[in-house]
Amino acid sequence: MYRYDEFDRAFVEARVAQFRDQVERRLKGEITEDQFKPLRLQNGVYLQLHAYMLRVAIPYGTLSSRQLRMLAHIARTYDKGYGHFTTRQNIQFHWPALAEIPDALADLASVEMHALQTSGNCIRNISADHFAGAAADEVADPRPYAEILRQWSSAHPEFSFLPRKFKIAFTGAERDRAAIQTYDIGLHLKRNAEGELGFAVWVGGGQGRTPILAKKIRDFLPHEELLSYVTAIVRVYNLEGRRDNKWKARIKIMVHELGAAEFARLVEAEWENLKGGDLSLPQADIDAIEAYFAPPALPDRPEGDAAVRAARLDSRTFSDWLDRNVVTHRHPDYAAVTVSLKAIGETPGDISDAQMDAVADIAERYGFGEIRVSHEQNLVLPHVARADLPAVHDALVAQGLATSNIDLISDIIACPGLDYCSLANARSIPVAQQIALRFSSLERQREIGELKLNISGCINACGHHHVGHIGILGVEKKGGELYQVTLGGAADEHASLGEIVGRGFGPEEIVDAVETIVETYLSLRHDRAERFIDLYRRLGAAPFKEALYGAEARVA
Amino acid sequence: MKVLTANRLFDGEAVWLAADHSWAETLPAAHVAHDEADEERLAAHGKLSAARNEVVDVELIDVQLVDGAIVPLRLRERIRAAGPTVRGDLGKQARAVPALAAA
Repeated sequence: MYRYDEFDRAFVEARVAQFRDQVERRLKGEITEDQFKPLRLQNGVYLQLHAYMLRVAIPYGTLSSRQLRMLAHIARTYDKGYGHFTTRQNIQFHWPALAEIPDALADLASVEMHALQTSGNCIRNISADHFAGAAADEVADPRPYAEILRQWSSAHPEFSFLPRKFKIAFTGAERDRAAIQTYDIGLHLKRNAEGELGFAVWVGGGQGRTPILAKKIRDFLPHEELLSYVTAIVRVYNLEGRRDNKWKARIKIMVHELGAAEFARLVEAEWENLKGGDLSLPQADIDAIEAYFAPPALPDRPEGDAAVRAARLDSRTFSDWLDRNVVTHRHPDYAAVTVSLKAIGETPGDISDAQMDAVADIAERYGFGEIRVSHEQNLVLPHVARADLPAVHDALVAQGLATSNIDLISDIIACPGLDYCSLANARSIPVAQQIALRFSSLERQREIGELKLNISGCINACGHHHVGHIGILGVEKKGGELYQVTLGGAADEHASLGEIVGRGFGPEEIVDAVETIVETYLSLRHDRAERFIDLYRRLGAAPFKEALYGAEARVA
Repeated sequence: MKVLTANRLFDGEAVWLAADHSWAETLPAAHVAHDEADEERLAAHGKLSAARNEVVDVELIDVQLVDGAIVPLRLRERIRAAGPTVRGDLGKQARAVPALAAA
C-alpha cells in the first residue's frame, strides 16, 4: 500500500493545523460564515439536515486494517457509532460537532488519511476498480497511476478553482467495475499490440440532472504521458468550461456542446505543448510508486480446493455465499471476498464501529491487512486464501456481514436521501429497505439473477439511478415524495442510461411497481442466462409499461 | 404560520427560535409567528443571531398546528425536527420526550 513520504505527512499535518485555526476563528466570530463555508468545504465538512457531515477521502478505495480501525474510532469518538460508505468510495460521518472536527482530522492524519478535496470545484478523490491488484482479468493494477494523479492533483494551484467539481476513475480490466463512463475522465489501463502499457481516455461522463456517458477521445495514451494528457484535458476545461451557469459547468456539457471530436482536437493541440516535457513520467518514478502497490507475497495454499469443497457440502449458507460474494483471484489459491453492507432491511453502505473493527481484524488475520471500498457501497477483502474462506465466512456471519446478495436485487446502491441530506427531495433509504424486505428470500433473489437497482433522493444522482438496471429517483411533489422509475441503465463497459418508464409512484406504490417490473422480466426471459438488462435491451420498455400502466399506457 | 429554524454553529444541531429568543433544540418549544409582522420580528432576530455567530442557515419555515402540535408542512422539516426516519435511536426523536414523529 502507499505510504506517505515526508512531504505528504507535512502537507496533511499543515492542513489540519490550518483548519484548526480556521475553526477556532470561526467559533470566536473572527470570520463570517460566508468566509468560512468555502474553507470548511475544502476540508470535507458539509452542513446537512441534522448536523455537520464529514466526508473522508479513501484514495482509490484502498484501506489498511489500521486505517479502518481509525475510522471505527472516529465513528465512536466523534460521531454516533457508525459511518456511511459512498458511491465515490469515500466514507461519511453524519453527526460530528464542528468544534471537534479538527481533532478528528488530526486522528485521521495519524493513519495517513484526510478529508481534502472531498468537496469543492477541484479534482476530487480518485476512484478505481475495487478488485485492482487482485482481479484475474486485470492487465495491470491501475492504482499506482491513481496515486500519481492524487499527488499531482492535491492542492494543484491551477486546478483548485475549476468551473465545477471534477472526478476521475480508473480500471485496469476490460470489464469495467469502476463505472468509468460516468466520470469526468475515465482511464482504462490496457496494453497495445506491442505490449506497452497505456490508457484509453474517456471524457465527459457524468450523472446529475444531465446524465451523459463519456466519449472515448483517445484509444491509447502511452502511460508515461498520463500527467501531460490529463493536464491538457483539465486545462482546456478550466479555460473554456462554462462558469455562468452551475448546471452547465461540468465538463460533460462542454464535451457535449463542442462534440467529442472538437474537444479532442483542443486537447491534442494543448498536449502538443506538454508531451515529452516536465510532466512526462520517468520510468523510475512510476517504478517507485508501483513498488508501494506490490501485491503481498501470496504463498501457495493448494489445500484450499479441498477445504472449500468440504465446507460447501457442509453448509448451504457457505455455498451460497461462495457463489455470490467470492470472485476469482489472479492467484488460483486465492479469492477476493465482497463483504456485503446490504443486510436485508438495513441501510445500504452503513457500517457500525464494531463491524469496522471486526472487518479490520478479519483482514489482518486472513487478508494481508487490506480492505477495499466498492462504489457499490460494499467492502472487499482482495486477497484471501481459498483455504481460509470458511473461517472468513464464519467471522463475517458473526458480524451480520455475510449476506449472499452481491449483484442481486437487494445489493442496492442508495444515497442517504432526505433522511440526512440537505439537497435531497425524497427519502432513499426506506425505499431500499422495503425493496430488500419484499425480496428478502435469497432463493428468490438468486432466481431473479443479476439485477442492479439504484436509488437517488434527488436529481444530483449520488445513488447512480441513471445507470441502474432499475433506477429510482425520488422527487418532491405537492409536499410529498414521488418516485420516478428508469429502466435499462448500466454502469459497466456496456454503459447505458436508463429511460423513464412512465409516471412516478408514491411511497406506498413504489415497491409494488418494482415487483411488477421483476415479475414481468421473469415471465418474458428466455431462460436464467438472460439477465434483466439483456431482456430490456431485447424488448425495450413496452412490456414493462404495459405491466405497470396497462390501459393507461395504451391510451398514451 | 411560520417558525424560525437554523443550525447551531458549533455543533450543527437543528434549533428553533423560542418565544424568549433562545434557540430551542426541539420544535415544540418554537415560537409560532401568526402574522407577517411577527415573521419579520423572527427573521430580524435570526439575522442578528447569525451575525453573533450563534447559528447558521437561518430560515423561516411553514408550519401548521395539528391538535396543538407544531407540524412543518415540508417532509424535510419534519425529518429535521425528528431525526432520520430509518434510525429512531438518533436525533430528537431519541430523546426522553420525543419531539415529533416525522412521517
